[in-house]
Amino acid sequence: MDPQAAKLIGAGIAMCGMIGAGIGVGNIFGNFLSGALRNPSAAGSQIGNLFVGAALAEALGILAFVMGILIWIS
Amino acid sequence: MADPLHQFQVTPLPGLDFGEVTLPVVGTVHLAFTNSHLAMTIGFLIVVLFLTLVTNGAKVVPGRLQAVGETLFGMIDGLTESIIGHDGKKYFPFVFTIFTFILGMNLLGMFLSFTATSQLAVTATFGVITFGLVVIVGIVKNGANFLKLFWPTGAPLLMRPIVGLIEFFSFLLRPLTLTLRLFGNMMGGHIALKVFAGFVATAVIGAAGWFGVLIFPLALGITIGLTALEFLVAFLQAFVFAVLTCIYLNDVVNLDHAH
Repeated sequence: MDPQAAKLIGAGIAMCGMIGAGIGVGNIFGNFLSGALRNPSAAGSQIGNLFVGAALAEALGILAFVMGILIWIS
Repeated sequence: MADPLHQFQVTPLPGLDFGEVTLPVVGTVHLAFTNSHLAMTIGFLIVVLFLTLVTNGAKVVPGRLQAVGETLFGMIDGLTESIIGHDGKKYFPFVFTIFTFILGMNLLGMFLSFTATSQLAVTATFGVITFGLVVIVGIVKNGANFLKLFWPTGAPLLMRPIVGLIEFFSFLLRPLTLTLRLFGNMMGGHIALKVFAGFVATAVIGAAGWFGVLIFPLALGITIGLTALEFLVAFLQAFVFAVLTCIYLNDVVNLDHAH
């Protein structure tokens, strides 16, 4: 296989890490929403935790993204 | 058409390139005032000017501008207070500085053609400063007890060295994840913006033929939506950086009563 093509395919495959981040962020927001609908009065105080959790889950997807970019431009 | 990565290039501003300079300790460096410097300087000036303006004519009943400043201040104040606790006031200036500076640069990136926080060197500096402060505070405050951070008393005795080792490596990874989160979010967002803006340009100049009539409204709508999302992300990433700084500081400040 042409090395250039293999590199681009590898960069694309590296993006698969985003799948996990998507599942994680979706889980966090879905569970927050179901919890918030059960007890709306407590939901407001947990917004900070919600975004920190989302950012932590998202960071792992970002690692995959950075890896893909690095493979692409190297 | 310029590729989406073109916006991240650091170039010396015209007339401010000083060429190769030999410094006493560092050696030979290429000295220049680049667009990255300019973006950071403007971000710094905006933060300082804004806070000066807010506190200059401070009234008991705040006006609109003062209310914005007080909300920002109160938010970070509440953050340090609720996460670090009683000692939080001591670390408030650091957290507030980092928060406002990152927020200023992130938001400025939405208006300029260059985002300072999409440079790995800039975010890495923030990550290393935060990590260094956490380590220094931990050692100064706790001495040798600092190592208790890696000795989980909640785990069974047999598992403690293994869990401690994992804790240690996850501690060392903190500056890396802090750096890459901010960098990746800003770079990814701006690449996506530029790619969809490129679709709009492709459709408008007629490179896509009659198909452009379909592409144009779709791509323009997505660009507008992404711009709104990027403003949210710009604020959120600054906020998350501040929250994580507080959490990491809390680990070492309240080492004795947290574990």
